[in-house]
Amino acid sequence: MSDRRLTLGARVDEVIRRHGEETYPHECCGALVGRGDGVTDAVALPNTTEEGPRRRFLVRPSDYRLAEQRATELGGELLGFYHSHPDHPAKPSQYDLDHAWPTFAYVIVAVAAGASQAMTVWFLKDDRSIFEEGSLQHGENSHPDPAQTVHG
Amino acid sequence: MAKILIPTPLRPYTDKQDAVDASGTTVGELLADLTRRHSGLKAHLFNDQGKLRSFVNVYVNDEDIRYLQKEQTPVNASDTVSIIPSVAGGVDTVEDVRRSDLGRLGEPLTNDEVKRYSRHLIMPEVGVDGQRKLKASKVLCIGAGGLGSPVAMYLAAAGVGTLGIVDFDTVDFSNLQRQILHGTPDVGRPKLASAKDKLHALNPEIDIQTYEVALSSQNAMQLFEPYDVIVDGTDNFPTRYLVNDACVLLGKPNAYGSIFRFEGQASVFATKDGPCYRCLYPEPPPPGLVPSCAEGGVLGVLPGLIGVIQATEAVKLIMGIGEPLIGRFLIYDALRMRFRELKLRKDPDCPVCGTHPTVTKLIDYEQFCGITPAAPEPAAVNHATEITSVELKQRLDRGDRPRIVDVREPNEYQINRIPGSELIPLGDVPKRYGELNPDEEIVVHCKMGGRSAKAADFLRSVGFKRVLNLKGGILDWIDKVDPSQPKY
Repeated sequence: MSDRRLTLGARVDEVIRRHGEETYPHECCGALVGRGDGVTDAVALPNTTEEGPRRRFLVRPSDYRLAEQRATELGGELLGFYHSHPDHPAKPSQYDLDHAWPTFAYVIVAVAAGASQAMTVWFLKDDRSIFEEGSLQHGENSHPDPAQTVHG
Repeated sequence: MAKILIPTPLRPYTDKQDAVDASGTTVGELLADLTRRHSGLKAHLFNDQGKLRSFVNVYVNDEDIRYLQKEQTPVNASDTVSIIPSVAGGVDTVEDVRRSDLGRLGEPLTNDEVKRYSRHLIMPEVGVDGQRKLKASKVLCIGAGGLGSPVAMYLAAAGVGTLGIVDFDTVDFSNLQRQILHGTPDVGRPKLASAKDKLHALNPEIDIQTYEVALSSQNAMQLFEPYDVIVDGTDNFPTRYLVNDACVLLGKPNAYGSIFRFEGQASVFATKDGPCYRCLYPEPPPPGLVPSCAEGGVLGVLPGLIGVIQATEAVKLIMGIGEPLIGRFLIYDALRMRFRELKLRKDPDCPVCGTHPTVTKLIDYEQFCGITPAAPEPAAVNHATEITSVELKQRLDRGDRPRIVDVREPNEYQINRIPGSELIPLGDVPKRYGELNPDEEIVVHCKMGGRSAKAADFLRSVGFKRVLNLKGGILDWIDKVDPSQPKY
């Protein structure tokens, strides 16, 4: 267990869940924008994987740049990414681990038969050996300025 | 000096700076300098083999270096180099689970094992973890012959925990010149029995699994399934393609080797991003074009060297160290004592490992290699073109004196011969047939009947009236008529 935590604004939680349900049975993905450990916005991104979107997601470099820009525009920082696991538990896979970046928060939402289930957050251990689960919290007032909220 | 832009997740390793300077004239040098200055970056940018991780993208200005000269891309002070993440993930496929199994740690070492493997343990690249990875690993060796012998012996000695061997042959005197798993007292025993004895004596700590079957499309997937690495020590094309395809379909690396006369080859095929045997040779050669070791011979020490290369690659793959022989094809010439290395690329159009594979399950490899199942032997001999050893002996005994022409090579003629025969090697027949009388009856023979059939066809084509091929060659003659002579 990591001692890190991540606080999702109420609408952020909803945006991620809705995105995962919409793309089911495919994986969805997007960027998490905010400050410190508070996520104010979830920015949906296209899943550009060529390995089959039921089992994989890929945010290509151009979309990564876009996410960084979007974070700046929203007055925040890029805190991490979210993706869905259709019909699989909300636990990181070996593939997630192999492709993980340090520092970032990885939020995973399980989607079973089209309905979102558990949501978890994970952080890569510095030696890349494992993902450690962080505590995911839901803040009431995590939107400093509701006007800046971007829905998917 | 050039400026490198650092993405958010890596900034904790650059004292929170979003841009840092590094020196170098190419991207590779620049990154090497960058990781020297900020050592925490290394593990996140490069994998254990020192290659850039696949999800790390490096751009010079706005171009991805994959489309420039990769890490050799030149940079000067005015260029901006950016490290840009791809973010990827997903759920595990069966293949990932298997791949991640390779390199698992397994049980701690016992005191006896610590003693046995101490020369491994004191090397930091191996260490206790490396030895535990070997102990947990499972390697399947296809064949217990020339290549399989050194492969199995060294892998057993090195402490590979489970060593499987597939073979269905028995030990023959002609194997002993190179197949060091087997000794003179083993002649006539199944190869697997003698292999098991030898390997168990070498290392009783390991589990040796033997499979006395001919590898086939029906059993290959099931046999390979529990193993981490497959070592191909086969001597024929149908099995080589079968091993390759099964490895690709199961996502298991194939430590490949082959030998012929004085030349050997080795590579590692069927890894996730590397090429497979079919990327190199999409089609097999026509049957008969490439002779086997039984026909063409092989230098006895050659499989020792090539097999040890295969074992080395298997051990490296298991421990995840060094630079594997992936995408590289090693060719060894024993006479000149030279190694050459060819670059191999994964072929996107490869029928089995390409982007749109057409081979998605195992096929009939005998048919693929143009080998039709042997027709049942006709009971009757075609007396117009053939003669049996017994018939030839009877005629000689009656006083007939057909001219007997041996079309083998001089070194074969030195080993054994039919009394009264004369030597004209197959290659010399077209320029020496003038020495023979076209009206005379001629019996041609070789070792087993193949080469002499070609000589007979040629002689008939230039007007010889009575040419008979000795069925089964000198081997049949020795079996049926003159057992006093040696066979080879």
